Amino acid sequence: MGRSATTKDAHALFHSLRSAYAATPNNLKIIDLYILFAVATAVIQVAYMAIVGSFPFNSFLSGVLSCVGTAVLAVSLRIQVNKDNKEFKDLPPERAFADFVLCNLVLHLVIINFLG
Amino acid sequence: MATQETSQSATFRHAFGNVLSFAVLLLIGVMAFSIRLFSVIKYESVIHEFDPYFNYRVTQVRLVFVYGIFANSFLRDQFVYPLGRVIGGTVYPGLTLTAGTLWRILNSMNIPLSVETVCVFTAPVFSAFASLATYLLTKEIKGAGAGLTAAALLAMVPSYISRSVAGSYDNEAVAIFALIFTFYLYIKTLNTGSLFYATLNAIAYFYMVCSWGGYTFIINLIPMHVLLCIVTGRYSPRLYIAYAPLSLNVVSIRMLNITFRREKAASSQASSLISEVKLGIVRVVMVVLGTLLAALVPVVGFNAVMTSEHFASFLGHAANLQMSFSNSVVFIIIHVVALVYYIKGILSPQMFKVAVTLVVSVGMVVCFAVLAVLIALVASSPTKGWSGRSLSLLDPTYASKYIPIIASVSEHQPPTWPSYFMDINVLAFLVPAGIIACFFPLSDASSFAVLYIVTSVYFSGVMVRLMLVLAPAACIMSGIALSEAFDAENFLIKAGDTTKVTQNDVKHEKSEDTIKERSSRKSKKKDKENIERPSLVSQVEKRLLVLPLETSVIAVFLLVLLGAFYVVHCVWAAAEAYSAPSIVLTSRSHDGLHVFDDFREAYAWLSHNTEVDDKVASWWDYGYQTTAMANRTVIVDNNTWNNTHIATVGTAMSSPEKAAWDIFNSLDVKYVLVVFGGLVGYPSDDINKFLWMVRIGGGVFPHIKEPDYLRDGQYRIDSQATPTMLNCLMYKLSYFRFVETDGRGFDRVRNTEIGKKHFKLTHFEEVFTTHHWMVRIYKLKSPRNRIRGKTKKSKSKSGTSTSSKRSGTRKKNPWQ
Repeated sequence: MGRSATTKDAHALFHSLRSAYAATPNNLKIIDLYILFAVATAVIQVAYMAIVGSFPFNSFLSGVLSCVGTAVLAVSLRIQVNKDNKEFKDLPPERAFADFVLCNLVLHLVIINFLG
Repeated sequence: MATQETSQSATFRHAFGNVLSFAVLLLIGVMAFSIRLFSVIKYESVIHEFDPYFNYRVTQVRLVFVYGIFANSFLRDQFVYPLGRVIGGTVYPGLTLTAGTLWRILNSMNIPLSVETVCVFTAPVFSAFASLATYLLTKEIKGAGAGLTAAALLAMVPSYISRSVAGSYDNEAVAIFALIFTFYLYIKTLNTGSLFYATLNAIAYFYMVCSWGGYTFIINLIPMHVLLCIVTGRYSPRLYIAYAPLSLNVVSIRMLNITFRREKAASSQASSLISEVKLGIVRVVMVVLGTLLAALVPVVGFNAVMTSEHFASFLGHAANLQMSFSNSVVFIIIHVVALVYYIKGILSPQMFKVAVTLVVSVGMVVCFAVLAVLIALVASSPTKGWSGRSLSLLDPTYASKYIPIIASVSEHQPPTWPSYFMDINVLAFLVPAGIIACFFPLSDASSFAVLYIVTSVYFSGVMVRLMLVLAPAACIMSGIALSEAFDAENFLIKAGDTTKVTQNDVKHEKSEDTIKERSSRKSKKKDKENIERPSLVSQVEKRLLVLPLETSVIAVFLLVLLGAFYVVHCVWAAAEAYSAPSIVLTSRSHDGLHVFDDFREAYAWLSHNTEVDDKVASWWDYGYQTTAMANRTVIVDNNTWNNTHIATVGTAMSSPEKAAWDIFNSLDVKYVLVVFGGLVGYPSDDINKFLWMVRIGGGVFPHIKEPDYLRDGQYRIDSQATPTMLNCLMYKLSYFRFVETDGRGFDRVRNTEIGKKHFKLTHFEEVFTTHHWMVRIYKLKSPRNRIRGKTKKSKSKSGTSTSSKRSGTRKKNPWQ
């Protein structure tokens, strides 16, 4: 009895999440896709490291960190571009994107230096 | 018509205020620069103390040899002979690079300043920048009025002056500026939520990491503040943008720092690099993955920490681990919180509750599993994963029990109460008022300021050296307090005045103009906001008028007087207390000013009269100066962390002549340098430091027992001294021929006559004593060529020659 209630709840939750998410505008969905891609790449790299071994460390680290880094930056971009966010309503999305690019530049500069 | 006038006059006042604050800032910068020039005026433009000489040396060599292997091997071999010291891996490059860049820029503009001049004046220039950074930081927290006050206070605070006078070419000179600037950028990011400032923040943090070991303070304070904000319900997207990119950039910057140091280290420090990288893995994996791999990798990482013994980085790997750990935890937390808020935003409240219950029940199990594994791993390491220096911060008595080297540095002692008053003076009273002012209203930035002051007060109570980190926090708080006080008084003054005027609008404006001129220029900005609501004031002030007008005027006057006392104290402290270069000493007597330039005299003698590859042994204080000025290799210097090496030198100084000669000979030493203050009354000489030599030496070599040197629990050098004391090398080298000066051998520092007055040195010969007998240099006598009637195997003593003992059974004597 309790379990069916929880599964029913889970289903209802899942549905409401899905419907709420479907309402998000397209540009945000694109950013979310990019985040997913970055995290997936990181996961693949770690899985590879688990299989093959971790030498050389610095390359592994820089690879994973670049994925995670650009994911985090994309999340920040999403926060700034989202029209529902009252705090950022007078920040033009072009400016947000320019900041995103700049941050990525700095991050990848460091990453490439560490790549070895 | 009236409103047009008001808006026009408002913009005019706004512009006037801007120009005024710019002018004030310029003056503050000039004041910050000039107050640090006392030592240049009183003595000369020379580099002070001990540590700055090392930095100066590195800067010199780097500029000459540019970069690369040769510079590193040159530097490495000169310090801490024969072990060598890996300059690349153990030196913070920020300061030397900054000064080097400044020198290059100036040279390219055809301003031919010498490297020494640039090094001497780097600190005052950067303290002017630091006041500017304080203005920016406090402006973000409270407003421009508070900013100007805080900047003015920081320009003069004695604690900061003490480490950044002209000539004090040390890491802190640049690092405090980097610290305040990083904090400013963090708060700016927090306030605006702009990714641009987040990037700048990361770059500023990188500069800080390059400059000083105190960067750990930033990297622990910021996650603490993020946690505080989350816990008090102040999570916002701006917080995420402020912290998450910084945290990631922090990791990547640590890695960059590793590569930086790796390039500069001539010898491969590959093993330490890999272990540092392994530590980086801990945080990355914890951040991205989840349970299983997080459990797997730290096993490797922790082992690397527990078995690695040499400290290639300043804080050791264990402290890095702790930082990575805390950072990763907060990183995960902020992502979880962000996700929660996001889901809360898109779901209805009822659904959200369902989601919460589901996630919590599942997540708890996973969390506990991970935590249990990690705690087990951390608990299995002997010091729970912390390094000596960090541990001594948490438990102040740790160092004195276990690590005598750290305990012996005077900067690492806890401060006394008077030193608080000496170093931050009036600010000590204003800080609590500032803390209270931060709560009205409490914003993210002001909660950060409160956290900063609380943590820095704690740490400054542990180590005197960390008073320096307290200084900016105290200035910010006091700036806020003073500015708020002035605001309140001005408001009351204005309110008190307007009650005497009729309700006519025109007359309102006139009276506010006159009052404005009377008010302090520092609260200009706040005044403008008040002026824009003239009608409200007249109604409100009747209720708020707590103090009569006269009291407010007196209060303003008293606050100004407080500021005046502060200024007077700061100037006095800068001029008298903190401007001594300690390489040149002066004293006034009835026949004028005496200058004691003995140190430089001795180093100049060394550089002119010894061979280039002669080694000089002295106590570690003088290592840097010897290398920088005498250009000779030393055995131990100010940064030697190798306890055994220092203990060897300490043992040699505490042993009788023959044993000492043996030890020094095994280290290839040619000259021994001793500092002696007994003739002139210089209190920081080697006899006063002798107890540390005995303690450190005794800590490693058990045949040195401290009670052998003590009579009634005291170190004495008079006739009551123990025979061990009277026979040890330090006594002999300090007091050799001392009785010839005044016939009695009266030591002015210990205020007694010495015990053993007439003796000869058998294994050392005196080669140089400076003018005031402050530095004495001895040469090791080479062993005799021929021993009269002595065979190698025979143990019988022939004659009274002590050289018979020299052909000892232990050491191989190349001359026999």
